[in-house]
Amino acid sequence: MNTAVSHDLVKEIIGSLDGAKLTAGAASRQQALNTLEKSGLPGAKHEEYRFTPITRFLEKNFTGPASATPSLPSVDEFLINNLEANVLTFVNGQFTPVFSKIISPELTVTPLSEAITRQNPLVERYFQKILETESDPFALLNTACWQEGLVLHVPEHTSVDKPVLILYVNDATSGQVLSHTRILAVIETGSFLSVIEKSDSVGTNPVFHTLSEEWVVKENSHLEYCKIQNDSGKICQVSNTVIHQADSSLLNTFTLTLDGQLIRNNLKILIDGEQCESHFYGLYLLTGNTLADNHTVVDHRKPNSFSNELYKGVMDGHAKGVFNGKIFVRPHAQKTNAFQSNRNILVSDTATINTKPQLEIWADDVKCSHGCTSGQLDEEAMFYLRSRGIAESSAKALLLYAFAAEVLAPIQNETLKTYLDTLIANRLNKNF
Amino acid sequence: MLNIKNLQAKVGEKQILNGINLNVHAGEVHAIMGPNGSGKSTLASVLAGREDFEVTGGEVDFLGKNLLELEPEDRAREGIFMAFQYPVEIPGVSTINFMKTAINQIREYRGQGSLDAVSFLQLMKEKMKLVEIDQSLLNRSLNEGFSGGEKKRNEIFQMAMLEPKLAILDETDSGLDIDALRIVANGVNTLRTKNNAIIVVTHYQRLLEYIVPDYVHVLYKGKIVKSGTKELALELEAKGYDWIKSEVSVA
Repeated sequence: MNTAVSHDLVKEIIGSLDGAKLTAGAASRQQALNTLEKSGLPGAKHEEYRFTPITRFLEKNFTGPASATPSLPSVDEFLINNLEANVLTFVNGQFTPVFSKIISPELTVTPLSEAITRQNPLVERYFQKILETESDPFALLNTACWQEGLVLHVPEHTSVDKPVLILYVNDATSGQVLSHTRILAVIETGSFLSVIEKSDSVGTNPVFHTLSEEWVVKENSHLEYCKIQNDSGKICQVSNTVIHQADSSLLNTFTLTLDGQLIRNNLKILIDGEQCESHFYGLYLLTGNTLADNHTVVDHRKPNSFSNELYKGVMDGHAKGVFNGKIFVRPHAQKTNAFQSNRNILVSDTATINTKPQLEIWADDVKCSHGCTSGQLDEEAMFYLRSRGIAESSAKALLLYAFAAEVLAPIQNETLKTYLDTLIANRLNKNF
Repeated sequence: MLNIKNLQAKVGEKQILNGINLNVHAGEVHAIMGPNGSGKSTLASVLAGREDFEVTGGEVDFLGKNLLELEPEDRAREGIFMAFQYPVEIPGVSTINFMKTAINQIREYRGQGSLDAVSFLQLMKEKMKLVEIDQSLLNRSLNEGFSGGEKKRNEIFQMAMLEPKLAILDETDSGLDIDALRIVANGVNTLRTKNNAIIVVTHYQRLLEYIVPDYVHVLYKGKIVKSGTKELALELEAKGYDWIKSEVSVA
């Protein structure tokens, strides 16, 4: 590990934040900081960050302690058209009530700092207990210097019928931005919540955003989780998301990555109940110099559950895709069904994909499979379409769109689906 | 309409067409027959513009244009259609969407406006009857999970939609049972007019009982070695290809 340099970097990152405000959870912050000072940020030889040089990006792009002051008059342009939703907006790492609204009265939202000060029982019970701080260097960094977070709570037997849109807006107009945010969400027994996370930035200065998220999905509950990363700014984003599932819960996740400089998503599903069902889908359509890295973990801890993972990617230009999919099936998690598939198309000669499935199965009565492919567009299919009078560029768009759109199938909300479909079609030039 | 002069082509280092000469006029049906490996499908592919083949000599004139210079999509837009021997399965693209895109791009090339949804649907319904194909099949992903007969009927459906000036049917009879063969042939016969032409590439005479050709050509070792009328096809059926081979080697 490249610790000498990254030690200074850690100090610089922390020094650039307003220490006076970072008081909530002081003990865990100090502990994380101590660990981080020993271990440093991951260098080029770190096994989990071999292909994703975040530390180098930070060294290169973040100089001095100055951080931008946001001056956005509105965040309307980042909302999703026609989507009736609860909106929770963070600007430069701070929760911003003026850009937020709650239209579902059954949903409780509390700023994390306030919840900690008031000894909110949800915090006592779950905060930093779902996501293991030491599992990832950027989770450590986030624990040491999160600026604000939100606690979301859905009571028992309650279906929140309007989705929650969490907007992370970073205003880098006047300078670089460092933001570190957290989410703790608890969906009590027999309830439903749909969440959409979206990141956007303005300005041309670099943005570094870490987010740590803990989602607790209780018995018989259902969570829809959708992440949209289409940020045209100079952003490096590292998410650590852990979703904990109890008996008979249902989970659907969809992660769409279209833009950004360096994106790392650590998504972990803890299947800690029986008769659970988890579907997680991902799509990365990358161009330019974007690097998107999806590290996923499914941890089957109890018997009789089902997980299905499908991640697809199309890489153009000099884009880089990284996929790492771990499946753990613990010794007593018998009768587990776990499936994983990662499929990639490289459109240009300069694009790359690194894909690695990792299965560790200790139980003996399970059904598990995995597969990954990477290749070019099917030439025979291209010729077939062209031989019917379809231009080469349209044939390419048609095939790539068909490849990509498969992962949209499980999205329930029609407005959201239309929005995602338009993003995908535009990215692949399927404008006919 | 189509004028092929001394056409030569190879795939990789292997020379497959060794100087084909063929004239096709509007209103005619030509059958190209020949033993396996004689170059029949290569000829069809070269005319449609498949890039695996390299044309090493000769000329192809189609309605006054140098066909060999055109991209595959422009050949289609000029009026060439090839029914594939092995139609490609394309998951996620429905036949309907695919046809809508194709028709509108062809119309744009010809300086015509796009078809509106109603006219397109009308056209589709009319052509579906022709090949007895069900709309549910056309809503599905292109050829995915289709039976052999359904794939071939879908090819003829596409031909009906695009109304080509020259249709090339590449081994359309392969893999068809007698009922499917009859449906496919009926479709083709209905589309036959005095303004268009059809080239039927086939190994067997069977299809030619239904699509009766004006001319029959025998391809052997990349050359047309014998031409005649429909009686030639019957003779081939009775005697096999060996007598052609020996005739060629004697000559």
